[in-house]
Amino acid sequence: MAADIIRLVDVTKIYGEGDATVRAVDGVSLRVQEGEFVAVMGPSGSGKSTLMHILGCLDVPTSGEYLFAGEDVASMNERELASIRNRRIGFVFQQFHLLSSMSAWRNVELPLLYRAARDRKQMALNALAQVGLSGRVEHRPNQLSGGQQQRVAIARALITDPTMILADEPTGNLDSKASREVLDILTGLNKSGHTIVLITHDPNVASVAERVVEMADGRIRDQVAA
Amino acid sequence: MSLLRTFDTGMRGLLGHRLRSILTTLGILFGVAAVICTVGIGTASANSVNSRIAALGTNLLTVSPGSTVSFGVRGGAGSANTLTMNDVAGLEDKQDAPDISAVAPVVSGSATLVSTSSNESTTVQGTTASWLAANARVLSSGIFVTSKEVQEHAQVVVLGATSASDLNAVIGDQVTINGNPFQVIGILTSSGSTGFTNNDDLAVIPITTAQDEVTGGSPNSVQRILLSATSSATIGSAYLEADQLLLQTHHITNSASADFNITSASTLASTAASVTTTLTILLASVAAISLLVGGIGVMNIMLVSVTERTQEIGLRKALGATPRDLLRQFLIEAATLSFVGGVLGVGAALLAGVLVPRLANIAVTITATPVIIAVAVAAGVGLIFGVYPAARAARLAPIAALRAE
Repeated sequence: MAADIIRLVDVTKIYGEGDATVRAVDGVSLRVQEGEFVAVMGPSGSGKSTLMHILGCLDVPTSGEYLFAGEDVASMNERELASIRNRRIGFVFQQFHLLSSMSAWRNVELPLLYRAARDRKQMALNALAQVGLSGRVEHRPNQLSGGQQQRVAIARALITDPTMILADEPTGNLDSKASREVLDILTGLNKSGHTIVLITHDPNVASVAERVVEMADGRIRDQVAA
Repeated sequence: MSLLRTFDTGMRGLLGHRLRSILTTLGILFGVAAVICTVGIGTASANSVNSRIAALGTNLLTVSPGSTVSFGVRGGAGSANTLTMNDVAGLEDKQDAPDISAVAPVVSGSATLVSTSSNESTTVQGTTASWLAANARVLSSGIFVTSKEVQEHAQVVVLGATSASDLNAVIGDQVTINGNPFQVIGILTSSGSTGFTNNDDLAVIPITTAQDEVTGGSPNSVQRILLSATSSATIGSAYLEADQLLLQTHHITNSASADFNITSASTLASTAASVTTTLTILLASVAAISLLVGGIGVMNIMLVSVTERTQEIGLRKALGATPRDLLRQFLIEAATLSFVGGVLGVGAALLAGVLVPRLANIAVTITATPVIIAVAVAAGVGLIFGVYPAARAARLAPIAALRAE
């Protein structure tokens, strides 16, 4: 049996105080196993973004238990969280979040700057080859199409060989052709053994996953194996 | 992250934002250069004022007659004619007045000088050979009136620079003063004007000749006595010695009823010194304001630059940068900009210090203190405002920083 990468038990995230209190995530329990491709789907305001921040160790829950690959994340300090993000999670964002002043390979190299690593350029070139961008290594983000930029971002997520790739609306800013390419790459990565959690509001996008977790009002409404 | 790699990251951060880096550097450069140059011009002006005053002879004391009391009514200053050649002889005594180095009696009057080509009206001073030393003046050519010529009532004249050029006279020429022929034996170097009088528009002749042909009056009485102290440090004791001697020779016991006045050029010097101080304070204020303006410019660019990069900070945090990594990166960036800007600013100031005097006839004296202060303040401002907002952003939750617009 595969090991649990994610184990959430009754996780709640509360924003604001007094009357303005919002329970963005309300008692969510979730397990994701190694090698799975899970989509978290829901309309805006359903709490899926907050859940993604917690899953990505970008934020900590107000209450509940979160074990990431067996480590208790809820009790970690900022340094330890930074280390978890660097070593174990690859992020793909809707806005790509590439640094405009740097070339593609420098962007891909970024996570390696915060850990001990040799041959950073070679690793970056390999990661870019994996997403089919070998011919674009010296291009700046503004010289690339949206789909190419998102592929650079995926290469940046891949380079650390993370335990999990967390993609937050990765196709939200792309046309259908580029969306297809990006989703194909993610599917291919999953096939080669990467665990992927995809956050989206779009059922078509969610359908590429093996399992879809539907959220509404901060709770998990349904879990369907695709 | 290792320090070397942080340095590398910082440098690439700077190169990635070339325009902003250049603007920040320029801000620091101009702030530093402006302060150094302003203070440099102030220092140079102060030095030049001081040296002009020194050229006046701060060692100089002038004894002038006091007022007479006739029928119980005190006359105006100078109404008495109380100074004599006896006083001059007394003051020349090295034993009674060891701190007085030169004593020159002066009678003066206005006269018309005529040369072959032109004529002019000027001040004629009759004096002795000591005049040159007492006044700290120098001849540009020829010789000065000698003691022998004074004894012989010689018809010789030494001209000021302006008078000589007005009269078109050179050494050996003949000029007439009030119709009497004089031979030009020397010409003084220019010493400029001292506010009230042009020191170059005058003719100097032996005192005996002056009494005969220009001022008239008793051959024993003199209008003024010029004294020079052995140095500017002994001017106080020279003053006291002169005062004592003259009170004694005039048989006056109460110094309040003295029939003479002694004034010194150091009075003028102290006035000028206070003017210079005011000037320096003015320029230092201007410099402080330019430093403040430069500092605010640097602060603005730094604040904007870090705020603009909040997203970058968020991304780096998401990718595993710790607050310490980010702080070090921004510290290196700000320190580099401050250092380069400071060094270029000092370079620009040194260049201006060479060029400005050639182009604009303004002296610039660059000293160490303003250089140090300007660089320290500009670099300090650059560092504080480059690092503080970055440190604040580095403490934000990564997701909040990522979403900042």
